[in-house]
Amino acid sequence: MYWGVLYGAAIVFAFICIALLLTLVLQSLPAWRHSGAGLFTGSTWDPTNKQYGALPLIAGTLETAAIALLFAVPIGIAVALCVVHLVPARLRVPFSSFVEMLAAVPSVVYGIVGVLFLAPWCQNVFYPWLNSVTHNFVLFSNVTSGDSTLLAGMVLFVMVLPTIMALSRDAIAAVPKDQIEAALSVGATKWQTLYRVVLPNARAGITGAVTLASARALGETIAVSMVIGGAFGISSSLLGQGNTIAATIASSWDDSTTLTKSELVALALVLVTMTAFVNFVGRRLVARSTQGATL
Amino acid sequence: MTTATPPLPLDPVYERRALVQASARQSLGRRTFVSRFMLGVCMFALVLASSILVWIMYLLVSKGLHAWSTAFFTQVPMTPTVSHPNNVGGVSNGIVGAIVIDALAVAMSVPIGVLGGLLLAETDNPFARVVRTTSEVMTGLPSIIFGLFVYEVLIIKYKIGFSGIAGSVALCILMIPVIMKGSEVAFRAVPNSLREAGYSLGMSKGSVARHVVTPSATPGLLTAVLLATSRAVGETAPLLFVIGNTYIVQWNPTKEQISLPLQIYTFFLDGISPATVATLWGNALLLVVVVLFLNMGSRMLSAFLQRERH
Repeated sequence: MYWGVLYGAAIVFAFICIALLLTLVLQSLPAWRHSGAGLFTGSTWDPTNKQYGALPLIAGTLETAAIALLFAVPIGIAVALCVVHLVPARLRVPFSSFVEMLAAVPSVVYGIVGVLFLAPWCQNVFYPWLNSVTHNFVLFSNVTSGDSTLLAGMVLFVMVLPTIMALSRDAIAAVPKDQIEAALSVGATKWQTLYRVVLPNARAGITGAVTLASARALGETIAVSMVIGGAFGISSSLLGQGNTIAATIASSWDDSTTLTKSELVALALVLVTMTAFVNFVGRRLVARSTQGATL
Repeated sequence: MTTATPPLPLDPVYERRALVQASARQSLGRRTFVSRFMLGVCMFALVLASSILVWIMYLLVSKGLHAWSTAFFTQVPMTPTVSHPNNVGGVSNGIVGAIVIDALAVAMSVPIGVLGGLLLAETDNPFARVVRTTSEVMTGLPSIIFGLFVYEVLIIKYKIGFSGIAGSVALCILMIPVIMKGSEVAFRAVPNSLREAGYSLGMSKGSVARHVVTPSATPGLLTAVLLATSRAVGETAPLLFVIGNTYIVQWNPTKEQISLPLQIYTFFLDGISPATVATLWGNALLLVVVVLFLNMGSRMLSAFLQRERH
């Protein structure tokens, strides 16, 4: 009876997971039959003419995640170092909860702040400035509107920052004290100790943190779909409108035909595979680092 | 009288030492400078990162607080007319929908999550390990997947129609792994001596779990449920395809409902007009306040538990 109830609950959960995966596979079959590998290689996404090439969407997903990580990795690690080693013990918890609470803010709120506040600012102030400073460099050319790949990347940066900060902080706090004291005793400065001793020791945990954050950046849906603009072409400029897999599913699902829905499910399956793999690897790394098995 | 001692020939050892000391001073100066500079950069990153939340909250409060009128909480959204250009109504339908949908999601996910967590804490066989890994991976999946799944199964296959309950199911799938993880930790923290005391009195495994382990783990379980709820309350993507929309206050979860976060997204899709923008900020502020409140509650509870334990 006792074990029956416990196993029953776990089996219900396992059943949901299997059903989830099966549903995605079965519902995407028509899409694979229709497009096959063309889904990954085609660069035209045109549901009205039944052309489903998701290369622009995949590129947009990777681009926005890369922009987010480009900012979030250095800043997140720097904040983690500060919280563990530089800030007085009394302020440690307030500072890190302040950053961690960014993860609790609903993504639709980030979206609305992006739409109502950041997009106009980007369009009128930031992008023209960026464009002129870089002398119309190809990545920063062609300012049309505030909604853009770069803005989506910046919003994602704020959303993944707490993940990187919190997990790196735990890895950094798990670095053995004697290692740090040994470095200080041979005359290393505080920064040399942090850079040459603490960070290499925490490497596995920090890598795990970045991996988990990238999973979040790849899968984020609502905030991105609100600020990315939703153009279905590969644009060389980061200031142009773009799209991601998750944002496309959210924005075009309701008025899609059955075949298009199946193609979207196929994309969702790709996204699930990617994020599940990235998550699995990241969790392994994080678990290894906090157990202190890195030494 | 003084005899002038002839100057000693310079000892090469002293010369070397002076050289080494000079170069050490120089190196220390350089390294101290680099260290101070880099630590300064880190502190700047800290200030920047922790000011983001302050800035977002400031923005929401300054733009959204004045929308919080009685009408905001008691009326449904209305289209402003020529005679009443400021009559935009409120978001009571979203508030009611959120309460119903989230309450049902909690009611469905708590039993599965807590019992599953108890299993993971009590056994370590291959099945439990697979469930643990799966649930950890599930917490990182994009939440829109759960909406797609519920759409394909409940709406298309079983034809239950767009309804609040479908949204609850999607949120429930999202919450189970979070509750499972948190309750596993809570159950593992219960000292084994308590369990053994129960067994020594002749209690069965089931009644030890019910009368000894669960009461002792309750605060930890509450932490897990609060955390999962704070995540579910703010989610938009799982609800997007499955709950439909309504412009009346709908308490019945078998009918189409609307929830606060999805309402913001719908406002956005319908096009933001100067009349609705204040309601939009007010709605976002309300959502953030509720979510941060739940999240902070969970955080404070877990900090309190850690202090108790040490």
